[in-house]
Amino acid sequence: MAEALAPPAAQSARMERAWQVLDDVMDPEVPAVSLRDLGIVRDVRLCEEALGKVLEVVLTPTYSGCPATEVIEADVLAAITAAGLGPARVTLQRAPAWTTDWITAQGRERLRAYGIAPPGPVAAGAEVPLRFVPRAALAPAPECPHCGSPRTERLSAFGSTACKALYRCLACREPFEHFKPL
Amino acid sequence: MPQASIAIRREPAVQYLLRLGDTCLILGQRVAEWCGHGPILEEDIALTNMALDLIGQARALLTRAGQADGQGHDEDQLAFLRDERDYFNPTLVELPRGDFAFTMVRNAMAATLLKHVWERLASSSDAELAAIAGKAVKEARYHQQHAADWVARLGDGTAESRRRTQAALATLWRYVPELFAPDAVDEAAQAAGLGPRWADLREAWMADMAQILAAADLAVPQESAFRSTGRQGVHSEHMGYILAEMQHLQRSYPGGAW
Repeated sequence: MAEALAPPAAQSARMERAWQVLDDVMDPEVPAVSLRDLGIVRDVRLCEEALGKVLEVVLTPTYSGCPATEVIEADVLAAITAAGLGPARVTLQRAPAWTTDWITAQGRERLRAYGIAPPGPVAAGAEVPLRFVPRAALAPAPECPHCGSPRTERLSAFGSTACKALYRCLACREPFEHFKPL
Repeated sequence: MPQASIAIRREPAVQYLLRLGDTCLILGQRVAEWCGHGPILEEDIALTNMALDLIGQARALLTRAGQADGQGHDEDQLAFLRDERDYFNPTLVELPRGDFAFTMVRNAMAATLLKHVWERLASSSDAELAAIAGKAVKEARYHQQHAADWVARLGDGTAESRRRTQAALATLWRYVPELFAPDAVDEAAQAAGLGPRWADLREAWMADMAQILAAADLAVPQESAFRSTGRQGVHSEHMGYILAEMQHLQRSYPGGAW
């Protein structure tokens, strides 16, 4: 589980302020967690350019086709500009690929409180073998974010967005979403 | 004035990137056709999610292909303004979506192929392609597992689901040899370190498919003598129709955006 990324000690006040601003920019699909909670803000830096120093925010997209990516870019620029920290630009960086292991401890707690079971650790090693039902014995099911019971079952591997799966709790009978490890 | 077609350079690197990009684009379009038609709500959502992943992958790949082509075409122009013979997806992915069994057998075959392609591309000499692959391989694994689950469930299910799955497999298997047919484009990509020859992925693909079909209690079909040629730009009769649907808007209203 990652600690929230932060600037190096010898930072400028403008960069430090930018990280604080990004703390309050929420994910448009899951508004309970911030972009920093999700670990998609990879860097904030100042670039010397002809017209002065431009603030560059480096983001890593979660899924190849995530429709929220463009909204996130616009939200970041709007927040930075509103805080008087512009001129700014957003750069998308694909490598290394985003993983749910970058979601912070605070982000996981916020997901749970919002009713989404946070992801477990991503399986070590690249090879994930094909496996067939019954899979209950193979993969531990996420705990219910409502009542905490471990007795849950998967309804579908894909939920309201690509990053989530649908589950239901066998104890409290409530359905819930699970943020899939990726 | 309708929008005229754009032409691409028939360079091996461009063609190699377009093969993969067009595979994601056309399969994504076919899978997206299930939107609103899934057999159950969860499956409708799952299929559209997978289509979205495929379109996202296609977008990144076509952008890269446009850069390699060097004529200033972006991903939208490449997706919507080429003529049929300048698309290089294997014929497998352009076939009409058929019934649910057909879609799931094809998805299992295509996701298995893409998973192995992406795994090898993670070490491509092209850093951008490697970065795209590093993300896409994780998505392809979810797609493969999902489709494999359904193939097992349908093949080893009722008499009706088994009959349909078997029929889908028999039809689709005729398009397998094309996937692994060696040619100069793949040779050049391999030599340049850009990516693997698809022919070299055949063994790993067959091993995965054998496992999936065993779980479905279905036999691996015999290889047919038929050879499809979509990867060379020579497509089935279905390709023109899907392109007409995809391209109509951009052709009639050039540059239209919303």
